[in-house]
Amino acid sequence: MEKRATFSNKFLPYLLVAPQLAVTLVFFYWPASQAVKESFFIQDAFGTTSSFVGLENYRTLFADPYYFHSMGVTAVFAIAVTAASLSIALLLAVQADRGIRGKMAYQTLLVWPYAVAPAVAGVIWIFLFQPSLGYFAHLVRALGVDWNPLLDGNQAMTLVVIAAVWKQISYNFLFFLAGLQAIPKSLIEAAAIDGARPTRRFWTIVFPLLSPTTFFLVVVNIVYVFFDTLGLIDAVTGGGPAKATETLVYKVFQDGKLGGDLGGSNAQSVILMIIVIVLTSIQFRYVERKVTY
Amino acid sequence: MVENRPFGNILAHLILIAGVLVIVFPVYMAFVASTWDPATIANGKLGLLPGPYLVENYSRILFEGTGRTTRAHVDVMLLNSFVSAMIIATGKIAISLISSYAIVYFRFPLRMVAFWLIFLTLMFPVEVRIYPTYKIVADLGLLDTYAGLSVPLIASATATLLFRQFFMTVPDELLEAAKIDAAGPLRFFKDVLLPLSRTNIAALFVILFIYGWNQYLWPLLITTRDDMQTVVIGIKKIVTVQDALTEWQLAMATAILAMLPPVLVVVVMQKLFVKGLVETEK
Repeated sequence: MEKRATFSNKFLPYLLVAPQLAVTLVFFYWPASQAVKESFFIQDAFGTTSSFVGLENYRTLFADPYYFHSMGVTAVFAIAVTAASLSIALLLAVQADRGIRGKMAYQTLLVWPYAVAPAVAGVIWIFLFQPSLGYFAHLVRALGVDWNPLLDGNQAMTLVVIAAVWKQISYNFLFFLAGLQAIPKSLIEAAAIDGARPTRRFWTIVFPLLSPTTFFLVVVNIVYVFFDTLGLIDAVTGGGPAKATETLVYKVFQDGKLGGDLGGSNAQSVILMIIVIVLTSIQFRYVERKVTY
Repeated sequence: MVENRPFGNILAHLILIAGVLVIVFPVYMAFVASTWDPATIANGKLGLLPGPYLVENYSRILFEGTGRTTRAHVDVMLLNSFVSAMIIATGKIAISLISSYAIVYFRFPLRMVAFWLIFLTLMFPVEVRIYPTYKIVADLGLLDTYAGLSVPLIASATATLLFRQFFMTVPDELLEAAKIDAAGPLRFFKDVLLPLSRTNIAALFVILFIYGWNQYLWPLLITTRDDMQTVVIGIKKIVTVQDALTEWQLAMATAILAMLPPVLVVVVMQKLFVKGLVETEK
């Protein structure tokens, strides 16, 4: 798509794109290229000299059991958060789409957690599950669980999953609701005339027609878990106990902290870049597909 | 819906009410905790109703600082969050408006190069280039400044794409008419395109303000002074997870204040928020 009519001006367009390009070159492309470059170097302990080591940082990384551990943590976290927040959001969106009264009120009451920072959400959930004084911790204890997320890795993971899901429901709910409203009512009416009950109509008509939205949300939720939950994990568990909640992004952050292992941290960054490139490409392919859908 | 099923509707209401309770309850409890004294909370005696310490707790974090843990007052943190969120949101919108204007309404060599350079920034979130970016900001002497908090974040592929898409839908006749009336490119931008983009700008502003306000990693890296902290990172320093002596009533009061501005924006401007959210993601 191109405009038929345009302005002709030699300098103005460059002037107009200059600010954005300056910011991207200085703060995006330059550091990204530095990350790639430095992933092939090792700095000495004082950060004064660095020597070229080829793929050494990558080799160390892939020989590091903690790196695979962290991949596993990220995978579990991503699957748990995506599955739980999508199913809860879909359940709620289907109810809100039934044409019942007070739909807008429900929507308002359900969407605001989008605006809560992940770290702030995390702090509230730690408080509720704080072993000695938390409200929910008491309930869990009453059920006979020895609750202490500061010591038990699985419980720590449960806690960050709960906080991440709580925050993500609002987003998924809005997109599911928009997706449901886009499904032509005539299709559902036709099925109803043919005698299909609501459950059957949902699984044979609504759910398949919703699949572009669902697929889009799966990708967005995975990106959310990968990147946006860093603040949540830092506030809730700090990656602990014993690295039980250390995701890939959190590990980059930890390993490079205070000038620690910068080469290793940069090698991890490069691998993450590849993951983002793959995820974003999938996301955009979906958008193209949807246009012709 | 197709058939009228009173029972189904009641069930729908029940499920939605349960959903709302799950969403609202944690924050309600945080609010309740922010109105009690430390002893009640520490003994696990916190009930479901607000207590009498509301004014005391909030005025303490706002005007006296949070004591042991940080010296900065929450009012300073809120101001820092507000200033950087405003710069990020307006900055992103301003530079994206003009660059998509250039890309859509001008033909110039390197036009597509510029477009792709902006578009591909989607592939490099801060999280994948943490320390090199930090180093550049440090070398430029921008640590602990508002510029350092906001400028590195104001490039925006999504906003540029959104405006580009919107400009493509503006009828060519408008430009032709403007040209006949001898309006130059700046005049056309100011008097025709900007007024047409008003709703899009507002919707985008809502999303970007929330984005800026909720930044975590970036302010954490580049602020070292207490008086430059934003409230989202300030709160983490109040809660020291391993420390049983965390003053929870103050932590929860800070959490409530930290979420209040962006949540109010979403609730008050819900239509714009939904529009902005759906459009920036497409």
